[in-house]
Amino acid sequence: MEKTQTKDWYLSNFKKVEESLNGESRTPFHEIRKRAISIFEELDFPTAKNEEWRYTNIAPILNYNFTPANEKLSKNDIERFLIPGINVNLAVLINGSYSAGLSNIQNLPGGVKIESFHNLLKNEPDFILSYFAKYAALENGFVALNTAFAVDGIVIYVPDNTALENHIHILNIAGNSGNVLSQPRNLIIAGNNSKVKIIESYHSINGNVNLTNVVNEVVVGEGSTVELSRLQDENQVSFHINRTQAEQKKGSIFTHYSITLGGNIIRNDTNTVLNDENCTGNLYGLYLTENSQHVDNHTLIDHAKPHCQSNELYKGVLNDKSRGVFNGKVFVRKDAQKTNAYQSNKAILLTNEATVDTKPQLEIYADDVKCSHGAAIGQLDDEAVFYLRSRGISEEMARTVLIRAFANDIFETIENEALHNFLNNLVIAKLK
Amino acid sequence: MLTIKDLFVKVEDKEILKGVNLQVNRGEVHAIMGPNGSGKSTLANVIAGKDGYEVTGGEVIYEGKDLLDMSPEERAREGVFLAFQYPVEIPGVSNASFLKTALNEIRKHKGLEELDALNFLKYMREKMKLIGVDEAMINRSINQGFSGGEKKRNEIFQLQILQPKLAVLDETDSGLDIDALKIVSAGVNLFRNKDNAVVVVTHYQRLLNYIVPDFVHVLVDGKIVKSGGKSLALELEEKGYEWITDNESAEVNA
Repeated sequence: MEKTQTKDWYLSNFKKVEESLNGESRTPFHEIRKRAISIFEELDFPTAKNEEWRYTNIAPILNYNFTPANEKLSKNDIERFLIPGINVNLAVLINGSYSAGLSNIQNLPGGVKIESFHNLLKNEPDFILSYFAKYAALENGFVALNTAFAVDGIVIYVPDNTALENHIHILNIAGNSGNVLSQPRNLIIAGNNSKVKIIESYHSINGNVNLTNVVNEVVVGEGSTVELSRLQDENQVSFHINRTQAEQKKGSIFTHYSITLGGNIIRNDTNTVLNDENCTGNLYGLYLTENSQHVDNHTLIDHAKPHCQSNELYKGVLNDKSRGVFNGKVFVRKDAQKTNAYQSNKAILLTNEATVDTKPQLEIYADDVKCSHGAAIGQLDDEAVFYLRSRGISEEMARTVLIRAFANDIFETIENEALHNFLNNLVIAKLK
Repeated sequence: MLTIKDLFVKVEDKEILKGVNLQVNRGEVHAIMGPNGSGKSTLANVIAGKDGYEVTGGEVIYEGKDLLDMSPEERAREGVFLAFQYPVEIPGVSNASFLKTALNEIRKHKGLEELDALNFLKYMREKMKLIGVDEAMINRSINQGFSGGEKKRNEIFQLQILQPKLAVLDETDSGLDIDALKIVSAGVNLFRNKDNAVVVVTHYQRLLNYIVPDFVHVLVDGKIVKSGGKSLALELEEKGYEWITDNESAEVNA
């Protein structure tokens, strides 16, 4: 299909949505969506001519007419996607729509919200309006498209001085008989001195080609701690585009994990703005790819204010003819003296056909800062493989042991043992 | 136990071993000495099955089987052990879990039950005492940040854990001070018995004061040019390798 036709497909769908809105079409919320669709119309889908998309050709995504779809799933259907040994508040999105029946949210401290975006928009539109589209700029076609079609997702709100002990698991499952378009829109708002840990996982219920285009907006309040772990484990023909935009307030800690195992073309834009003093931003990523998978991690750590630190570590293991892209931007603004920024990105290529394009990009406008970055792309160490084999360990196991060891320092920062083991087991399963 | 017949080996098109013959029986300790570049480490690596060595002639028979036909892990499971000249650092893999995996692979191969975590720990603790290895070293990543002496000690510790039939020690003395040398040698001597065999590859005679060989072979330019008892090592120490090489060229010229 021609690209312009794909664009028209989404534009005409927007018209249909608008027609069904009746009275809602004049709400301030819909005004934002209207602005987003016009920006989408103008920007269109990104092409390789755009520097930010140079290494990721999204043309295969435009070959399908993805459509939002309803799908009813049972508890049995979703059982296999749950994380064993961990107490969570479970929020389930099927094709991007909230399923109250499958979700399990209990015993929340006073004022805490874990709710459907759609429901909250109905009940407390002002709440949604005070955060929605305030952080994730409409700078590319995908973010604009998500914003234009924002209907549902999960809203998490943790009031000041409240710590949630249990993780929140936002479980996303895509699939029905066609090519499904899921566009969850999530808002995560952590009040001052609050604490919340969120797992966001993505899975496919069948082998159909689906598109997930998700936007997360995260506000990390003063002195608060937010941990967001994203797991992409969809089937290998589906596409996933993500934008996560965090805004950090004074003394806050934002820790983000991006674990990519499944999917065909995956593009993650993970950005955080350290917008006041003494913030810490941690971005960790691990991707394991095979066949013709393509994983593009773009990150932006924006040191806007002094005395902040950031740690960034991305690791990839690429098999077959898969491709990886890492583009890590670190901005240190003129004001951001005493910044401490550390970035590292490493990849192991298991075959001659696998490739990685890596681009660390440090832009430093302050003069009293400590910034370092490093990139290392290589093969599995033959000497180490031989050493293990010379002690009786099979070649296959030796390679697996070394890959796991390589991946391990991403996981070892995960405090929760059950989550750590769950992710570790997924990695082991994928390596087999 | 080990029979090497007329072994020729090339590395990147360069002939390194040019017809090595060696017979090692159980209960014996053999020392292979020679100047730098004579092919000592090549011989050790070929026995262990390292890539990058092309055998162009001859054979290596181990316990009646064609050793060269086996993968490195098969050799290890059959009881061949190489103590590396340069033990590899492997970050992220703990010594203990590595050794448990290795030992259990070997036990599986022998038809023995795998050791569970508790029994392995017991077994390992005994060996730790024997070689003077502490808890910290066990829990660290394999050889990572180890001193030269610690790395060599770790090799001998592995030897003790895995209990092979044939141990090949490649320049185990290099980079060791006298105390470390004594500890490492003691570990090897504790290992020696009438059923296994040790091949010590070394440049210097020094190690052979502690690990006393039954036979000494001198490898020069890819060939064993002289064999004898332990006194040969002392003679070499005194007269240097030139003594042999001069003799040999004299013989060739004659």
